[in-house]
Amino acid sequence: MALSIRLFTFAAPSRFYWLSGLLAPWLWAAAVVLSVIGLYIGFFVAPTDATQGDAYRIIFIHVPAAWMSMVLYLVMAGWAGVGWAFKARLASMVARAIAPTGAMFTFIALWTGAFWGKPTWGAWWVWDARLTSELILLFLYLGYIALVEAIDDVRRADNAGALLALVGAVNVPIIYFSVKWWNTLHQGASISMTSAPTMAKTMLLAMLLMTFAFWAYAFAVVFVRTRAIILEREQHAEWVAKLLNRGAHA
Amino acid sequence: MIWNSSSDFFAMGGYGLYVWGSYGVTAALMFLEPWMTARRHRRARQDALHAETEAA
Repeated sequence: MALSIRLFTFAAPSRFYWLSGLLAPWLWAAAVVLSVIGLYIGFFVAPTDATQGDAYRIIFIHVPAAWMSMVLYLVMAGWAGVGWAFKARLASMVARAIAPTGAMFTFIALWTGAFWGKPTWGAWWVWDARLTSELILLFLYLGYIALVEAIDDVRRADNAGALLALVGAVNVPIIYFSVKWWNTLHQGASISMTSAPTMAKTMLLAMLLMTFAFWAYAFAVVFVRTRAIILEREQHAEWVAKLLNRGAHA
Repeated sequence: MIWNSSSDFFAMGGYGLYVWGSYGVTAALMFLEPWMTARRHRRARQDALHAETEAA
C-alpha cells in the first residue's frame, strides 16, 4: 500500500510542479555542459571523414534530433493514451507539453537532413521513404497541436488528441525501418563512417554526447512547459494560491 | 589539430554553408523554444496570481 501511494505521488500536478521546478535547472545545466563537450569533440577531436569531408559533421545534430523526434512522439502518444484511459489529468498535460518540442526536433531533423543531402546527394529533398515518413511525423505533431488547441473543452480536446496521437504512432516504426523496407538514398549512419576504429569512436562519442544533451534539453523544456500548463489549468486550485502567496511574501 | 586557422574552421572544407546552415538554425530554435516556454510559464504565474487577487 505504502509503495503504491508513493508511486502515484507525483501524478498529482502539485507534486509534479514542485519536483519539476527542482529538477529543471540541473537539466538545463546538463544540456549546456554536454553540448559544449559534444561539440568540442565533434569539431576539434573527430577527424574529417574520408568520403564525405566535413559535411558529415551535421551528423552530430541530425541523428540526435531524428532520434528525439521519434522517441518524443512515442512518449507523447503514451502519456496521451494514459490520460485518456485513466482520466489522469497530469498525463494529458505532459502529452501536450511534449508536442511542440517533438515538432521542433522533427523540423531540425528535416532541415539538417536537407543541408546534408544537398552536398552529398545533390538534392535538398527527395520523396524517399525515410524523408517522407519523417515529414508525415511533423504533420502528425502539428495536427495534434492544432486539434487539442481547436477544441475548447479541455478533457474532450485531450481525448481527441490522444486518439490522433495513438493512431499516428504507427508511423514511427515505419520511419525507423524505412531504410530496410525500401530502397532509399538515406544511408545508415555507420556506413558513412571512416573505417579506422579510433576515428569512428570519437565520432560516435560526439554523437552520443549530443544525444544526451538533447535528452536533457527535452526533459527541461517539457518540464517547464508542463508547469505552465498546470498553472493555466489549475489557477483556481487551493495549492496554486498557497504556492503563489508563499512566493509573493518570500 | 584538424584546423590550421579560424577561416579554415569556418570554411569546413568547402561545406561551410551546409554545416553552419544546419547548426545555426538548430541553435536558434533551441534558444528560442526555452525562452518562449519560460515566458509562457511566467505569464501563467501572473495570470494565476491575478485570478487569485480578484477572487480574494
